[in-house]
Amino acid sequence: MADEDDIILSELDDDELVLQMHDDLYDGLKEEIEEGVRILLDRGWAPYDVLTKALVAGMTIVGADFRDGILFVPEVLLAANAMKAGMAILKPLLAETGAPKVGKMVIGTVKGDIHDIGKNLVGMMMEGAGFEVVDLGINNPVEKYIEALEREDADILGMSALLTTTMPYMKVVIDTMKEKGMREDFIVLVGGAPLNEEFGKAIGADAYCRDAAVAVQTAKDFMSRKHNKLSAG
Amino acid sequence: MIPSDKTLTESGIAPSRTGRILLIACGALAREILDLKAANGWNHLDLTCLPAKYHLWPDKITQAVTETVTKHRADYDDIFIVYADCGTGGLLEARCKELGVQMIAGPHCYSFFEGNDAFAAREEFTAFYLTDFLVRQFDAFVWKPMGLDRHPDLRDMYFGNYEKLVYQAQTDDPALDEKAQDCARRLGLAYERRATGYGDLATALGKLR
Repeated sequence: MADEDDIILSELDDDELVLQMHDDLYDGLKEEIEEGVRILLDRGWAPYDVLTKALVAGMTIVGADFRDGILFVPEVLLAANAMKAGMAILKPLLAETGAPKVGKMVIGTVKGDIHDIGKNLVGMMMEGAGFEVVDLGINNPVEKYIEALEREDADILGMSALLTTTMPYMKVVIDTMKEKGMREDFIVLVGGAPLNEEFGKAIGADAYCRDAAVAVQTAKDFMSRKHNKLSAG
Repeated sequence: MIPSDKTLTESGIAPSRTGRILLIACGALAREILDLKAANGWNHLDLTCLPAKYHLWPDKITQAVTETVTKHRADYDDIFIVYADCGTGGLLEARCKELGVQMIAGPHCYSFFEGNDAFAAREEFTAFYLTDFLVRQFDAFVWKPMGLDRHPDLRDMYFGNYEKLVYQAQTDDPALDEKAQDCARRLGLAYERRATGYGDLATALGKLR
């Protein structure tokens, strides 16, 4: 039974509900997010609007507070879990309704590294921002990246590493792309706790992304430049 | 006297100003370094430790080491940094070069305790490592910072890709062995105890003359 102070989501108007969903996402309340998504869909919201206005906007607040040291990894993971639950409802509907596709990204953790929390967050936020994401999982050798980029006709390669010992492998992948003459065909974004901007430049990546929100913004910026270049050409 | 783990975690320790060479180390290595000093009579080595909690915030390490080197360099013949890369992504190594000080080799203490060559040869990337210090401080350095005390359901998101917990034992302590086994159980991982002793830490400090 609901307590007197409990908020009844279905009694909120659309604007209040969206704000409440931002709060619920912030607090990692998975069931409330699922309920909110269903309510908005029942009210005739387009799945893409639910995704961007309720989930992605909420997760962007979480990302900003993580960057500012207000939230920490456990809270971000809970929020991500809640967002994932909401996205699970929306995904089949987005496919049906033909939501805009911003670009396609192949993403994976490099060889010798099994850490995937950051990579999963980036993948989810990229999907939320309208990118199609092909997730290669963990411990990826160069061949797997190359094969996936070619097979998927992707725009972006995202590589992640948590270990000082595994991050140099990103250079192996980029150098192999150069050898194969395919480096310029893809935007290469790298990320992971021990990385920094200098490292990204040194290995020949297009950009180092310090967190998931930055990765999304960077990917969008590069995609618009790519489109501009294509239209100019 | 060996400081408490709480002191080593939160504030570190100041130098005693008794040796010619200052070691600037992670608080998580204090006991091991003091043991080695005592066992080998390395009275020419003085020790200061930065808070071990920087293990959780590696981006603080490079600046903290820099400040400590700057503060003490006039008082000693030489300074040696007892941090491995420790998640600084090469920044600590680059800074040590700029400062003209040497540091211990390796990606992290798990590697130099086992011996950097032996550790690299294992290619054991599905193992989660604990040292004596981290077994004693498991809740403060693993369980609580990862939020597992409040949200145990997050465990598999963190550890789902790991297969085993390796306790790298610096000392032979059955109580720590038992605690480490309990840590493995809590994380849902298989358990292995590996007696490493002090590994490359002893070798590196032994070369300082």
